[in-house]
Amino acid sequence: MNDPVLDISGLTVDFGGVPAVRGVDLHLGRGEVLGLVGESGSGKSVTALAAMGLLPAAAHVGGSVRLDGAELVGAGDKALSRVRGNRVAMVFQDPLSAFTPVYRIGDQIVEAIRTHQDLSREKAAARAVELLDLVGIPEPRLRAAAFPHEFSGGMRQRAMIAMAVANNPDVLLADEPTTALDVTVQAQILDVLRTARRETGAALLLVSHDLGVIAGMADRVAVMYAGRIVETAPVDALFAAPRMPYTLGLIGAVPRLDADAEGRLEPLVPIPGAPPAPGALPPGCAFAPRCPLAEDRCRETEPLLTAAGRAGKATHPAGAADPAHLAACVRAEEVGALRPLDVFPVPGTDGALRKAGPGGGRPVADDVLRVTDLARTFPLLKGAIVKRRVGSVHAVDGVDLDIRAGEVLGLVGESGSGKSTTLFEILELRPPERGSVEVLGRSVEGLTRRDARALRAGVQIVFQDPMASLDPRLPVGDIVAEPLRAQHADRALVARRVPELLRRVGLEPAHADRFPHEFSGGQRQRIGIARALAVDPRLLILDEPVSALDVSVQAGILNLLLRLRAELGLAYLFVSHDLSVVRHVADRVGVMYLGRTVETGAVAEVFARPLHPYTQALLSAVPLPDPVRERARTRILLPGDPPSPTSRPSGCPFRSRCQVFAALDPGRKERCTTQAPALAPQGGDHTAACHFPAERAVL
Amino acid sequence: MAAYVARRAGYYVALLLVAVCLSYTLAATALQPRAYFEARQPPPRPAAVDAQLTALGIDDRTPLYDRFGHWAAHAVRGDLGRTIDDTSVNDEFGRRVGVSLRLLLVGTLAGTVLGILAGAWTAVRQYRLSDRLVTVGSFLLLSTPVFLLAVLLKIGAIRLNQALGTDLIRFTGETTPGLRGGWWAHAKDRAVHLLLPSLSIGLITIATYSRYQRSTMLDVLGSDYLRTAQAKGLTRRKALLKHGLRTALIPMSTFFSYNFLAVFTGAIFTEAIFGWHGMGEWLVGSIGKDDVNSVVAVSSFAAVVVLFSGLVADVLHAALDPRIRHS
Amino acid sequence: MATAPEALLAEAASDDGLVARPPSRARVTLRRFLAHPTAVAGLAVVALLFVLAFAGPHLTRWSYSDIDYTALRSGPSARHWWGTNRIGQDVFAQTVRGLQKSLIIGLLVGVAATAGAATVGACAGYFGGWTDRLLTFVTDLLLIFPSFLVISVVSPRLKGGGWLVFALLLALFGWMITARVVRSMAISLREREFVRAARYMAVGPLRIIARHIVPNVASFLIIDATIAVGSAVMSETALSYFGFGVQPPDVSLGTLIADGTGAAITYPWMFFFAAGLLVVFVLAVNLVGDGLRDAIDPTSARRRPGRRRAR
Ligand code: SF4
Ligand code: SF4
Repeated sequence: MNDPVLDISGLTVDFGGVPAVRGVDLHLGRGEVLGLVGESGSGKSVTALAAMGLLPAAAHVGGSVRLDGAELVGAGDKALSRVRGNRVAMVFQDPLSAFTPVYRIGDQIVEAIRTHQDLSREKAAARAVELLDLVGIPEPRLRAAAFPHEFSGGMRQRAMIAMAVANNPDVLLADEPTTALDVTVQAQILDVLRTARRETGAALLLVSHDLGVIAGMADRVAVMYAGRIVETAPVDALFAAPRMPYTLGLIGAVPRLDADAEGRLEPLVPIPGAPPAPGALPPGCAFAPRCPLAEDRCRETEPLLTAAGRAGKATHPAGAADPAHLAACVRAEEVGALRPLDVFPVPGTDGALRKAGPGGGRPVADDVLRVTDLARTFPLLKGAIVKRRVGSVHAVDGVDLDIRAGEVLGLVGESGSGKSTTLFEILELRPPERGSVEVLGRSVEGLTRRDARALRAGVQIVFQDPMASLDPRLPVGDIVAEPLRAQHADRALVARRVPELLRRVGLEPAHADRFPHEFSGGQRQRIGIARALAVDPRLLILDEPVSALDVSVQAGILNLLLRLRAELGLAYLFVSHDLSVVRHVADRVGVMYLGRTVETGAVAEVFARPLHPYTQALLSAVPLPDPVRERARTRILLPGDPPSPTSRPSGCPFRSRCQVFAALDPGRKERCTTQAPALAPQGGDHTAACHFPAERAVL
Repeated sequence: MAAYVARRAGYYVALLLVAVCLSYTLAATALQPRAYFEARQPPPRPAAVDAQLTALGIDDRTPLYDRFGHWAAHAVRGDLGRTIDDTSVNDEFGRRVGVSLRLLLVGTLAGTVLGILAGAWTAVRQYRLSDRLVTVGSFLLLSTPVFLLAVLLKIGAIRLNQALGTDLIRFTGETTPGLRGGWWAHAKDRAVHLLLPSLSIGLITIATYSRYQRSTMLDVLGSDYLRTAQAKGLTRRKALLKHGLRTALIPMSTFFSYNFLAVFTGAIFTEAIFGWHGMGEWLVGSIGKDDVNSVVAVSSFAAVVVLFSGLVADVLHAALDPRIRHS
Repeated sequence: MATAPEALLAEAASDDGLVARPPSRARVTLRRFLAHPTAVAGLAVVALLFVLAFAGPHLTRWSYSDIDYTALRSGPSARHWWGTNRIGQDVFAQTVRGLQKSLIIGLLVGVAATAGAATVGACAGYFGGWTDRLLTFVTDLLLIFPSFLVISVVSPRLKGGGWLVFALLLALFGWMITARVVRSMAISLREREFVRAARYMAVGPLRIIARHIVPNVASFLIIDATIAVGSAVMSETALSYFGFGVQPPDVSLGTLIADGTGAAITYPWMFFFAAGLLVVFVLAVNLVGDGLRDAIDPTSARRRPGRRRAR
C-alpha cells in the first residue's frame, strides 16, 4: 500500500457518554476503494461523518484523522471548511433531504465551486453544467435550473455526486449512496461513481450495508460491528475465506440471486440475537453473545485486530501469511476454513424449504387469488391547497396474477411499477376500475358488507415497516387480537388464540402486555405476522416484509415465513423489490413495469431464462455478494428513469429504455412503437409481454 | 401561480359572504336600536322612533330578510348605510381605517422582523444564557394579555412622566389637540403618541414570532441539507444564514395569518385603552349604542382583513417555497 | 391449530432476544418532565393557585361582596390583608373569588375546546371528501367570524348563570386552530400502515377513529389543552375587562383589574394583586405546557404556532 491519503487511527466517538465508535483504524490509499460494511447501528456512518468533522456538537470525537498528514480532529470550523468539499467530499444517503429545497440544483453546485475556486459566476455555472453532463444528466443546461424536488431520486444522487467532485477532491466519502434507490438506478449510480473516480482519481470510502455493492466496487473491505472494525481484508479474500464469525454470518444471511455450485439454494443462516445496545456492551468480544463459537476466553478481553487472530501465532498454514487480512477473533484461524452453515445452525431447515423444486410444476388446487387486467388510475392533482385535476396517473394498467392454494407468488418491480397499488386494490375488496378480482373464488363485484367482512378473514396483510404497521399505543396482545375482534370473535377465543399465535411466531405469550416499542425490528415483524395469522387466513399478502430489516434479522423472518407456509399450507403474495429475496421464497414470480405485468413464470425458470428485456436488465442490475463473479459479469445498464405513468405511450411502454429495441432494425422497431405487446405464453407457464423475446444469461 | 391565487381568492369570497350574512343576522337580531332611542332624554315620541328606525333601515318591525335585502342592495354599491346617529357609515369608516392601520403597521412590522431575528438567533445559541434570557422574556410577555400589557405600559409612562416632571410620553389619542408648530413638531408629536400602542402590539408580536421562529430554526439545525452545505465547505455560520434561515422562514408564512388574527383582536383593546379613534374603538362603542349598521361594517372589515392576511400568507408561502410554486 | 414446533421456539428465543424491559412510557414521560425545573415550578404554582382560589374564601372572614364602611380604600392591614377597594370591599376576598371564577372558566374552556377540536379534526381528516370540505369550511368561517362581536353582544345580556354560557361561547371560538392541526395529523395517520391494517381487517371507521386516531394525537391534545387553559383565561379576563364577560355582581380577575386600573398608581393594591395573579397563573400554565411538550414528544416539539392571543 502506498502512503495513505486518509489515515484514521484510534477514532472514537461518543454521544453523551454512549460510545458509537470505539477505536477505528482505517487507511485509505491514494485512488483506492475501501468498502465499509456493517448493519445499522454498527457505527459506519458515524465514522464517515467524523472523518469530515460533520457530527453534531453533542458528539465527542477522539483519536486522529489525518488527511495527507494534516490532523482534522479538533481542527476549527474555518480550517475544516477549507478542506471539506475541496479535498474531501461527501455523497450522502438521502439525496432529497440533502439538497436545500429552496435553491436550484445548478446554484447549489455553483456555490460548491465558488467556495473553493476563484471563478466568476458565469464560469462556475458553465462548470456546473459540465459536471451535470459528466454524471449523465440529460439536457444539463436546462436541468441545472431545476429545484431538487423536480429531480427523481436517481437524478438527485447524480447531482450530489457532481457536487462532490466539483473541486476534484482527493477523497470521496459515500455514505450508503444507493440505499434509497431501485436496483436499475443503483447500477447507474455505481457506474457514475466509477466514472467520477476515474475523472478525479479520488480515493473512495464506500459505506454500505449491501455486501453485493461492496463486492462489486471495493478493493478492500472493512467490516464493522458494535463500533469497531472486526475484520479487514482485500475483497476477494474476505468473501472467499472470512475469518470472523460475524462476517461469515453476514455472508450466509444474504439471499443470493445465483445458486450455489450444485444449482441448489442454500438455506439462509440467521445470526441469532441482535447487536448489543451501544450503552451496554458485553465484556470481551462484542459479538460473543451471538457467536456459536464463543468460548470463555472470548468474554474476558476484547480480541485485537491482528493478522492471525491472536498475537504470537502468526504461522498458521491457512493463508495467515497475508498481512492485509486482519480479524478480531480468537478463533480466526479455524473460522477461515468453515462455511456459514457449519457455524450457524439453522434449526429444522429440512423440509421447510420449498416443496415444489425447480420444474416441479404447480400444485393442483383452487385459486386463492385471480386478478385479470386490473387497472387503477388516480387523478393527477396540481395546486398546493386548492387542487385541480390536470391529468391521470395510470398507476396500475393491466395486471394479471393468479395464486393457487399453498403457492407463493413473488411480485417484483421497482418503485412506481404499481406493486403497492395492486395490493391495495385487491385489499379494498371493491369492484375495480377495469378488469376483475377474484378472492378465494369470489368475485369482489357486488359484495355485501357482511360478505366483505367474511372475505377479509381469508386474506391478511403484513406490511413493510413493522414499526409503522403496529399502533404504538396498543399492547401487543390487543394488536394481535384486532382482526379477531373485527370478526366478532368471542372473548374466550381471543384469550386462547393470542398466546398461541405469539408462540407460533416465536415470541412468548408473556409479551402480550408489552408495547411495540419494547421490541426489536425483527420481533415487531413477528408480531405483524402473528396478527395476520389470527383469523386463519388462506392467503397472506406480504408487502416488502423484510426490506426494513437488517440482513441478519431478515434471514430469520424469511425462514419463519417458509416454515409457516409449510405448516399451515398458506399461499403468499410476496411483494418485493429485492429479487434475491423473491428467488429465495417464491415458487412463481410476476415482474411489473409501469403498472403492467411483463413476465410471469416459475421462479427457477424466469431467473434462469428471463425473456423480457426488462427482467433481464433487472436481474443483471442486482449485485452479487461474490467479487469474482461480480467482476466477470457484463451488466445491462438501462438508460434513464422509468417514464412517468401519467402518459400512456403507444406501443410497448418499455420502449424508451429497452436495450433490445435499441438494437432492432427500423422495420422491426415499428412493431414495438405501434403495438403494445400482450402477455403471451412462451412455453410451459412462462409468459412474457414482448414482441422479440430472446433468452439471455444475466447472472 | 395566478390561477392558484385566483382559486384561493374565490374560496375566500365565499367564506366572506357567509360571514357577512351571519354578522348581519346576529347584529340585527341581538342589538336593540329601539331601546337606544327610547332611552333618550327626554323620551321621544314612539312615532318619531319608528320613523327614525325606518329611515336608518333598522326597524325591528320589518322582516329580517327585507332589512338585509335593503342593506345588501346598498352594500354591493359601496354604501354601508347610516350610523345610529344618522351619519354616513362610509365616512366614519374612512376616518377610522387609517387610524387602525397606522397603529397596526408599525407594531406588527417591527415586531415580525425583530421576532424572527430573535428566534433565529436564540435557536443557534440554544441553551446559552442569551437564549434563556430571551425565552424567559417572551414567556413572560406571552403570559400577559394585551390589555394588561397596555395598561402596565401606561402606568409605567405615567410614573416616568411624574418622575421627570414633564410630559415626555404622551399616550392619549393620536395627536396632542391644538398643537402648534411646523410639520416636524407634528411628526414628532405623532411618533411620541405612537410609541406606547406600538410597543404593546410589537412586544407581543416579537414574543410569539421569536418562539415560533426558534422552533422552526431548531428543526432546520439538524437537517441533512445544512450538513451538505457544510460538507461542501461553507462555514457553519454561512450555512446557517444562507441555507438554514432561508428554509426555516417557510413555515412562518402559515403562522403569519393565524397571528394576524390575534393581533387584530388585540388592537381592539389597544385602541380602546390608548383612546385611538380606530375601528376597534368603533366596534366597542357601536355595540354599546346598539348601532347595527356600524357593527356590521366593522365585522365585515375584520373578516376582510383576516382573509386578506390569509391570502398574503398563501402568496408568501408560494413565494418562499419553490415546491409549492412549481408543483 | 398445532402448537409451534420446538425448533421454532428455540430459534426465536435466540433470535434478537428481548433486552431488559424498558421503563413504561408514562414513567419516561414523568422522568423527562421532572427534568425541567421550570415546568415543575410551574406545576407547583398552578397547584398553589388552585388551593388559593378554592381554600382562600374560607380563610378570611370577609366575603367578596361584603362592604366594610369603616375602611374605604385602606391599604393592606391585619384586618384586610390585601386592603380594600373604593367601596370598602375586601381585596383578598374579591381576588380569590375572581381567581376561582377565572380558573373554572379557563379549565372548562380548555377542555371543551380541545374535545371539540379533536372530534372535528379527526373526523375531517379521517373521512376526507365532503365531510372534510364541510368541516373545513365551518372551521374557516369561525376563524374569520369576529368572535368578539358574538361574545360581546350576547354575554352582557346574560344574567345569573351567564358565566357558563360565556365560557361555552369562548370554547366555541377557541377550537379552530387546534382542529386544523388535528385534521392534518389525522390525514397522515389515515395513510399510516397500522390504520390501513385495521381497515383491511374489517374494523369500522368510528372504531378506527376512537382506537387508533385519537389515541395517537392524544399527546398533542394534552399539551394543547394545557396551553388552551392559559389562553382561555387571557380571553376571559380581556373580555371581562371591557364589561363583555363575567357580569357583576360576580367578579373575575378581568373585572377586578378593570376596577383597579384607574387607581393603580394611587392605590396599587387594588390593581396589582389581581394583575399579578393573572400573569403568574398564565405563565405557570405555559411553563407546564412547554415542559409537557418536551416530555411527551421530544422530537416534534415546538412545531406549532403559539395559540391565538387573547381576544
Ligand atoms: S472472539 Fe470468540 S466470540 Fe468473538 S467472534 Fe471470535 S469466536 Fe466468536
Ligand atoms: S416489445 Fe419491443 S420495446 Fe417492448 S420489450 Fe420487447 S423488444 Fe423491447
